[in-house]
Parts: sequence; C-alpha cells; structure tokens
Amino acid sequence: MTALTPTDDRIMLKHGAGGRAMRRLIEEAFLRAFVTEPERPAGVIGLSAMDDGAAVRIGDRWLVLTTDSHVIQPPFFPGGDIGRLSVCGTVNDLAMMGATHVLGLTCSVIVEEGFPRVDLERILASMRVACGEAEAHVLTGDTKVMGKGEIDGIVINTAGVALTSHVVTDRGLCVGDCIIVTGTLGDHGMAVMATRHGLSLDAPLVSDVAPINGLIRAALSAEPGAITAMKDPTRGGLASALHEMASKAQIGILLDESALPVRPEVRGMSELVGIDPLVVANEGKAVMGVRPAAVKSILAGLRAHPLGRDAAVIGVCTGDHPGLVVLDTGFGRRIIAESEGELLPRIC
Amino acid sequence: MCLGVPGLVIEVEDLVATVDFWGVRKRISLDLVDEPVRAGDYVLNHVGFAIRRIPPEDARATLELYEQLLKDNAGNESEDLMAADVRSEMHAANGADR
Amino acid sequence: MNLEFRDPVRARELADTLTRIVAEIGRSPVSVMHVCGSHEQAIARFGLRASLPRGLNVIMGPGCPVCITDMPEIDEGVALALQGVRIATYGDMLRVPGTAGSLADARAAGATIDIVYSVSQAVELARQTDQEVVFFATGFETTAVATAAVILKGLPPNLSVLSAHKYIPPVMEIVAEMPQTRVEGFLAAGHAATITGWGIFEPFVARHHLPVVVAGFEPLDILAALVRLAEMLRDREASVSNMFPRCVTREGNRNAQAQLWRVFRPIGGRWRGIAHVPNGNLRLRDEFAGVDARRRFTIDLASLWNRAPSSLVRQCICGNIMAGIASPSDCPLFGRECVPDSPVGACMVSSEGTCRIWHQYGGIPDLRPEESTSCVRCVTDGTATKKGSSP
Repeated sequence: MTALTPTDDRIMLKHGAGGRAMRRLIEEAFLRAFVTEPERPAGVIGLSAMDDGAAVRIGDRWLVLTTDSHVIQPPFFPGGDIGRLSVCGTVNDLAMMGATHVLGLTCSVIVEEGFPRVDLERILASMRVACGEAEAHVLTGDTKVMGKGEIDGIVINTAGVALTSHVVTDRGLCVGDCIIVTGTLGDHGMAVMATRHGLSLDAPLVSDVAPINGLIRAALSAEPGAITAMKDPTRGGLASALHEMASKAQIGILLDESALPVRPEVRGMSELVGIDPLVVANEGKAVMGVRPAAVKSILAGLRAHPLGRDAAVIGVCTGDHPGLVVLDTGFGRRIIAESEGELLPRIC
Repeated sequence: MCLGVPGLVIEVEDLVATVDFWGVRKRISLDLVDEPVRAGDYVLNHVGFAIRRIPPEDARATLELYEQLLKDNAGNESEDLMAADVRSEMHAANGADR
Repeated sequence: MNLEFRDPVRARELADTLTRIVAEIGRSPVSVMHVCGSHEQAIARFGLRASLPRGLNVIMGPGCPVCITDMPEIDEGVALALQGVRIATYGDMLRVPGTAGSLADARAAGATIDIVYSVSQAVELARQTDQEVVFFATGFETTAVATAAVILKGLPPNLSVLSAHKYIPPVMEIVAEMPQTRVEGFLAAGHAATITGWGIFEPFVARHHLPVVVAGFEPLDILAALVRLAEMLRDREASVSNMFPRCVTREGNRNAQAQLWRVFRPIGGRWRGIAHVPNGNLRLRDEFAGVDARRRFTIDLASLWNRAPSSLVRQCICGNIMAGIASPSDCPLFGRECVPDSPVGACMVSSEGTCRIWHQYGGIPDLRPEESTSCVRCVTDGTATKKGSSP
C-alpha cells in the first residue's frame, strides 16, 4: 500500500497549472535559487520580473529571450499538435515582450521508447509549418530517448531569441488604459478538454494555436508607444493574465462581460462542464493595455490582420479596487479570481 | 448543487438522445425521464442523464409567471424604466459595433 | 432556451421590485438561505449580490454536496485508492481534503484516479480493464438517481460503488432548528426538486412556519424567486411556492424517485462542519450488497487515522457560518490552520464558500456600481467621449 506524505512535500499538478500555486512555487523555490543580490542589475529584465521572457540591453537595443517546455495529452488535438504548440508558445512569449522578429529558435525533444516514428515526423513537419508562419527558424536542437514509461510520449522544449528597440512588459498598466483582447477566448483549452475525461462530445471546437508575432507587430506599429502592457493568456486564461497585470501595476481592471468575444460552442462547453471560459487557456491570443487615444487605431490595426478579426475592447483600468479584476455581468458585478489550478469538469 | 443544463433533442434512439447544447452535441441517457422524449423537445441534463423533459409551453409559462410578479408589484418608478431603456439601447449599439 | 432567462432589463426590474418589497417588510436585515451550491455559483457568476438590496441577506447554506462530504467518507475513497483500487469520481471531489489528504494527494502518491463526467463513463472504464474499479459516488438526490439507474441496469463484475450520496430535505430541518438561527425563509434547489417534487417541502413548512420558494438557476429565476420569498415574508405567509415550473412539478419525477429508493436507503450521518443529519446520507440497500464497495473491500483507514488532526475539526465553526450566526473572523482557525490550500471546514473547501471568499479578498468587497465611478460599457462600445457618466 502506498502512503501519503504531506502535500507541501510534493509537487502537485496544481503547481504547473498557471495559477496561484504555481506562482508561489516559483517565488519560493526558483526565485530563491536563481535571483542573486543585488536583485536587478541595470539593463536586465530578469527572473524576478516574472514576465513572459527576459531582456538584456545590448547597445541601444534589447535582446529578448524565453524558453518553454511543452507536454500535452493528447499530442494531436483539433486545430494543432504539440509541435505547433511548442513553436507558437515561444514565438508568442517573445512577441509579448515587444520582440516580433525572431532571430532563432532551439528545439529539444525528449521521446519515450516506442513512440511511433510517423508521429514524430508529423510533429516536426508541423513545427516547420508554424516556423514558416512566424518567419522563424530552428537553429539548434537536442534529442533524448527515455525508457518506456519513464515519460509520457513526447516532451518538446523550445527557446527563442529576438531583438527589439522597445520592450513591453506586463506591469505597465495605468488608470484609464483600455484593455483589448486580440480574439475569441478559451478556444484552445476547451478544444483539448473536449477530447479528455471521456466526455465523448461531438463539438466543433478547434484550438487557436498560432504564432501571433505578425499580429502584435501590426498593433505595435499602428501607434508606437501606446501599448502599455501585454501578456498572452495561456495557462490560467484571461483571468490569470489580467490578475497578474493588475496586481503588478496596482490598478483595478473592470471588464464588460457583453464585450468578451467567446464562440458559441465554447460557451456551450462552458455551460456543460461548468468551467468559466475566462480561466481556460488560449494559444494564439494577446491581452494588452492601450492608451485611450490610441484605441481606435490599434483596434483597426489588429482587425485588419487575419488573426485579429475578433479583437475587441473588453474593459478599462480604474483606480477602484487595486489589484482586483472585476467583471460587469450586466446583472451585477463579480470578482474574477485567479485560477485555482488544474481545470476539472464539475457536476455541482 | 447539481449542474443542470437544458439542451435541444436532435435524435432519439431507444433510451439515448443526442442533445445539442449551443452547438456542442452529447449523447444523454433517457433512463430517468418520466415521459416520452422526442426530437425537438428540450431536456434538462445532469451528469449525462435527462432528468426532465421541458415542454416549450412550460418555459413560456415560467416567463409569464415573472411578468405577473412584476405586474403585481408595479410601482410608479418610471425613472427606473427609462434607465433600463437607455441601457438596452447602449447594449444594442455595442452589439451592432461588432 | 437559457437566454430568455438572462435578460438584464427584466433582471433590473425584478431587482428594483425586490428592493421595494424588502423595504416594505420594515426590518433589516432580512435573512434568507439557499441550500444549493449551484445557486451560489449562479449568484456569484452573474454578480447578483451586487444588485440585491442591502437589507436582504442571502445566506449560503449547506448546499454543496462536495463541501459537506465528511472527512471519513473522503478517507474511504483515499484509502481504497492507496490500496490499489482504481477510483472513478466527479471532478469536484478530487481536491477535497480528508483526514490525511485528498484524492489528488493519493494520485500524486501513485494511485489511479479517473475523473468522469457521468457514472456511465465509470461503467465503460470498468469494461475496458481487468482492474477493480470503484465509483466514488457523491452528490445529492439529483446525482444519486443516475447512480441508481446504472446499478439497476447491472454493473460490470469489477465495478462497485462507494456511496457518499446525500439527501437534501433533512438538512433544512437542522438549519431551521438551530438555536439563534436568523433564517426567515428558504430558496429550495430547483434541480433537486425536479426529482423530489415541491410537495416534499409542505410538511417542513407546516412544522416550521417558514416560507419555501423553489428556484431555478438563471438570473431571472433567482431574482423572481427572491421577489416571491420577500412577498411572502412581507405578507407573513408561510407556504411552498414553485417558481421553477418549467422543471418542477408537485410530484416530481416519479420514475427517477422509484429508481432512487429501490437502490438507496436514507441513514443518519455527519455532514462536514455542520451536524449529524438524520436521514441525510444515502447508502446502498442490502439487495445491492454485491456492488457495495464497503462490503466488497476491507477499507484500511487505520493508516490514515494515525495522524488525524481531529482537534482542528472540533474547533471549526462552519455550521454557524452557514447558519448565518457567525462570520469567518469569529473562527480561531480562519487564515491560520484553515486556508484554501489546506481547508478544515466546508466553507473553505468550496470556491464559493464564505471563508474562501473572505480569505481571498479580505472580507466581502462591495462591488455595487454606485460605489464606483467607472462606466465600463461606455468604454467598450466606444462612446466614452460622448457619455462620461455612469448609466
């Protein structure tokens, strides 16, 4: 018989789910290990910023770097696969820092013994297609094979570097800024969930996984300097992304539920399994704070791009309730809490 | 408790119905309902089981009950009704914008 | 069909009517209780508390079957999982802590836990494996009827049921009889009443002279039910009113009731953080002993109970918080031994629990629009420059 040990002594799934538990683990373990005193040398945006990537000043420009490991069950899902996901995740993290021209990517693959070669090749082909869309190239890589049962199928890590003259962080929101989201919410997470938990649903759900560096470039150039903060609402969804942005900037965010772009079938899944689309992952979206005067031109810039047609203004930064994200439902108001970890269908 | 979701019955095969929930389809057991269910009916689904057939006229009856409740308690606060009008107008404009 | 019950204009009219009637009652606060986790979810999700009159206190009662599942019941599931039995259960149960840990902890220690959306999936799962599978069955009568239906159809030989099902009507008696209770009326759970029928509340009303309104789960359903309840309080009328007629009849779903009571019998038992509830637990009848996990397996609880933090449980005041006679800040455990990551009582387990919300936000923030100067809709529809003021 197996024994239980106290929860705090073990890493649980919630520690990787993008919510509060994960943030606490990073703060308590990783920051303690890697952040040295003095905390932040000039010209470096490092780990302690807990942003989508890091940036190092080189002359009058910034070198942005980021890394991301990808595991997903199932590895092939409607709208994408782990290969496409691994390219988009890193390209998008670079873009969230304002760096939209990718200098290069790395690709490190760990495969389980017995994994079908045809699946591996399909995954790599999909990475090549995604790289083409992002105008990025894999420049170096690494391959490891582990014994049967030692890992689950395949794990892919990618890292990326890019240069930018102006870094956008996730902490720059000011009172009065408008919040814009670049498209429909919850598509990726709901598409993956529909294949899990034996839900046996017949749902036309498709992941939104896509590289959005081109889209972000369009927004940044529509009105230079007008985007005050940016983040991609991946794990933990829009709720976690906005929660983090509000808390770092110490402003409140007020959202209008009727303005949130959500596909009807995502809404349907949400009603059926009792999960709010706001806490569900997106893999081809960004949420940004925009100076009020620039809203029209940035929205127009986004909507002119094929990946930004559903872009919408969804809310505003306020001086009320610093650190909180509040949703106006049309019936009243509620607080949008940070996600609690692993998303599970509920029955009550 | 009990997450119950109404959906539209698309097809019935013995005691299993294919039910549409906002474009998402799921097969639902009819073992628990107490009257025959046909395509075009609504059912209330809980954990993959229909627990009630909802005739469309019953949904209408519920709405009428609410109207009656408002009528019975009608005050003379025209100011509020006006605010509601303005709100719905703004809402329509917001929708038309997209 | 839900959308017609989500009309913000009608909702506003109902909320205004509610404010007027609550004022007519002439005392403050008026406290009513709902006994349904889904009512709390809907109230929270649609932000309805911010549109309720200040003089009306809507208390969240013991209506979440997951939160009130007692620790020893969770322990049975955890122990079975650690003994190598495959557990299938609803997602809600995974994180609820028992004496020494939750099913999620058992999974981290190597146990196999399958999350299912329906008991039918547990049947399919058992058919695909030779392993022993136990369906850890939780939920009120609404969910128990589904368990009953699959048991009556016959289970695969390697599947058994660990019932932690609960029956809601008896706990209303407990709350109504609590000394110092301030609850003046109840919103009854519409989905549970879909099964039992609204007639089941008549003896309760006769005994306690408290009005009961059966309510649905859309914003208009909840507001209309509160209006009806306030009317009855104003008019000193104690009866049962069915405000969810599209789903609930007087008799309920007779077919489902027949299957429920053929398979289950009610027995008394503890509800976490509340009290012993006579007839509050549903257990398998002797006829179905063959599929009862409690009889199929010897459940080894001793190893879990070696480290039982039993003294903490005794200090928990969730029962009083749910009865509306205490606040989280009155509890010696609140924010110390009892936190969201390691909850002691029901109110900290549920994401909508009173203690959880207080802990997360430092009290219950007042989000009523008039407290704030911001008008979000003016911004999102692009009319910010034309309409500066709050609607």
